Amino acid sequence: MIPEIGLFALILGLAFSFVLASVPLLGSYKNHSGLMQLAKPAAIGQFLFLALSFACLIYAFTVDDFSVKYVASNSNTQLPMIFKVSATWGAHEGSLLLWALILTTWTLAVSLFSKPLPDSLNSRILSVLGMVSIGFILFILLTSNPFERLIEVPTEGRSLNPLLQDIGLAIHPPVLYMGYVGMAVAFAFAVAILLEGKFEMAWARWAKGWTIVAWAFLTIGIALGSWWAYYELGWGGWWFWDPVENASLLPWIVATALIHSLSITANRGSFQSWTLLLAILAFSLSLLGTFLVRSGVLTSVHAFTTDPSRGVFILIFLVIVVGSSLSLYASHAHKVTKRKPFNPVSKETLLLLNNVILMAMMATVLLGTLYPLILDALGLAKLSVGAPYFNSVMLPLTIPLALFMGLGFATYWREDNSKRLLQRLWLPAVSSLLIAFLIPLLILPEFSGLAVIGLLMSSWIAFSALHWLLKENSAGLVKPSFQKIGSVMAHIGFAVTLTGITITSIYSIEKDVRLEPGQSYQINQYRFEFVNVKQKQVDNYLASEGHIKVYEDGIPLTELHPEKRTYLSQAMPMTEAGIDAQLSRDLFVALGEKLDNQAWSVRLQYKPFVRWIWLGSILMALGGVITLLQRRKNSAVKNTIQSQAEKTA
Amino acid sequence: MKKQMIPLSLFAGLVIFLAIGLTLDPKEVPSPLIGKPAAKFSLERLYSETAFSPSELKGQPWILNIWASWCVSCRQEHKLLVNFSKQNSTTIVGLNYKDTPEEAKAWLKELGNPYQITVQDPKGRAGIDWGVYGVPETFIMDANGIIRHKFTGPLTKDRVKNQLLPLLKQLENERTAVQG
Repeated sequence: MIPEIGLFALILGLAFSFVLASVPLLGSYKNHSGLMQLAKPAAIGQFLFLALSFACLIYAFTVDDFSVKYVASNSNTQLPMIFKVSATWGAHEGSLLLWALILTTWTLAVSLFSKPLPDSLNSRILSVLGMVSIGFILFILLTSNPFERLIEVPTEGRSLNPLLQDIGLAIHPPVLYMGYVGMAVAFAFAVAILLEGKFEMAWARWAKGWTIVAWAFLTIGIALGSWWAYYELGWGGWWFWDPVENASLLPWIVATALIHSLSITANRGSFQSWTLLLAILAFSLSLLGTFLVRSGVLTSVHAFTTDPSRGVFILIFLVIVVGSSLSLYASHAHKVTKRKPFNPVSKETLLLLNNVILMAMMATVLLGTLYPLILDALGLAKLSVGAPYFNSVMLPLTIPLALFMGLGFATYWREDNSKRLLQRLWLPAVSSLLIAFLIPLLILPEFSGLAVIGLLMSSWIAFSALHWLLKENSAGLVKPSFQKIGSVMAHIGFAVTLTGITITSIYSIEKDVRLEPGQSYQINQYRFEFVNVKQKQVDNYLASEGHIKVYEDGIPLTELHPEKRTYLSQAMPMTEAGIDAQLSRDLFVALGEKLDNQAWSVRLQYKPFVRWIWLGSILMALGGVITLLQRRKNSAVKNTIQSQAEKTA
Repeated sequence: MKKQMIPLSLFAGLVIFLAIGLTLDPKEVPSPLIGKPAAKFSLERLYSETAFSPSELKGQPWILNIWASWCVSCRQEHKLLVNFSKQNSTTIVGLNYKDTPEEAKAWLKELGNPYQITVQDPKGRAGIDWGVYGVPETFIMDANGIIRHKFTGPLTKDRVKNQLLPLLKQLENERTAVQG
């Protein structure tokens, strides 16, 4: 009964989406405020029914209702309760329902916090969001119904993939979807602006707030995924350039460009057409990612079970959404564009340059991801594009990106003087040069040109950001705004991530060794002593638990317990690494195969600064959110626009 | 109007590739072994202590299915194989890859046994000769022992209907043509 209520609620939710997609839009053309005001109740109804539907699915999981096919194929009675709940979005159908629920949540938030926008624009934004909802809910109902019943009810369900029985992965998809789907707000905004035919600076500020929130979620979601892959997949990598990872990186890159472009539009009232294109692109890439992951056109370790009919549906959906919005852009964009002159030496120029670089990065990642598909489609070859391609194209793009990022902080809007710019910049420039050469010479194990480049980039960004913050405040009279603090923090976060990537990539040590009980292996100052491997049974899996003592310079440091788990429901063994984490390095131990007598193959890794990669991501997301706080303080002075936008944070 | 058309046209190009991509199967990796004689092996059978080698099947088309009890997608494919073996007379040899006899037997008992002959390859030696890089994989041999096709990943209803059955029919025809 409950699953049928879930399905029925989903259909009712769809009915509300149809109302939302049509009535307010009609109202905006007829200038009929009654019709436009229907948007809010429709958004509320849509949200409530989707929430009810999702709750029904969670309920079916918690009571082990194996008459529901989706539950039977993704859960079993032995699963701990928390993973029963997270299994709800562990596979295709349920995760799609979560997508739709999150979309209606964003829609609800927009309907509640959009006072600064004129009614007609607001109605159009909500109607566009309603149209996107229709697409997703139809996708669920037509190709991926999670409430489908089985005629023969099994007594026990199949288990969730053991890889996914992990807290990191329980929270990773919802966070990531918040980011993906959040891009729909900027998208709906762009379409509404094109329909409206004008683009005011205050509206750009509104859109920027929403984009930053979505971007922050996306940042955390990507970092969580990377962190999960690091400790769970057992080989110590943190990024694999896998199509699914790339699918999340693409909208992130575009959203980053979009935030900066919105900032130009909000501050200077120019670049409107570029901003709108980026807004359309960010969401289009989220949809493209969905297509790639769920249609099975590319192989990936993360890929969902695939079904060609789903691929066809998403492709049609993609064509409708992206095709119509780009056509609208092609015919209407010139109406909203205003040209404002600016000097070649100005913040605008640098932001624009970095926008171009970000687009180039997006294009190279997209090309690398789609290249196997394109060659296959042309019948030329079957191949896969891996890390060597991505690494070798991303590095040369990151160097100018970092350079312009630092310069951008020191430069004024509209026009600046290159001589005075140099005067402002010598301090950060000299300090970052010192750092970049001294650290590899004095602290790091060996001097490496790449390390110098990496450190130069990150310290240049960090120092020029800090310099910008402190210089303004040198008199101690003005307190820096939250906007500034947040922005500096986010950019320092990027520098921290960059540092982590540089040092981990260059100085990591990885050894696969054969160890018998009592034997040791030395890496730098660390000695790993293999004590033994014991068998144990926990909840729903059997484990071989290794015991390894680690000594630093002969002094006991810690004991690590890497595991090899065999889950009862699936015979595939899983690796749980033993990790000793510190800010400056991780020690990473994974059990390999059992060799003869008591010996095991063991993978030992020393990973300097790897934590910095995720730490930087947290700083980026946090910094983004802090820029929104600023608006609360000024809301009395400026208009309501900010107070509305920040409530969403 | 001109400049703003660029994104739309790029997108149109992309859609064409995506649409073609949908009709292709990325899991289908061409094997260099196709057209070559089946690799020789002599492995112990699961249910008797005698050895089996592919030369015993000369003169008839046959199927080699590589599977393991620890492999999740083998479970998916297994029902299909059991049904297939009931409806078709082609010999299916099961190569139990990197597995233990106890687990393999328990698995076949639970899910049914589609194989006329099951051999064990606990160390994966024969697997290397056959170029196995993931289970399940399925090879189709003609009457002369030449590998004619390879399926990577689990067989599906579609693959059986549209690829496997027509191929077997063709092989059968070739054989009768030679004899006739």
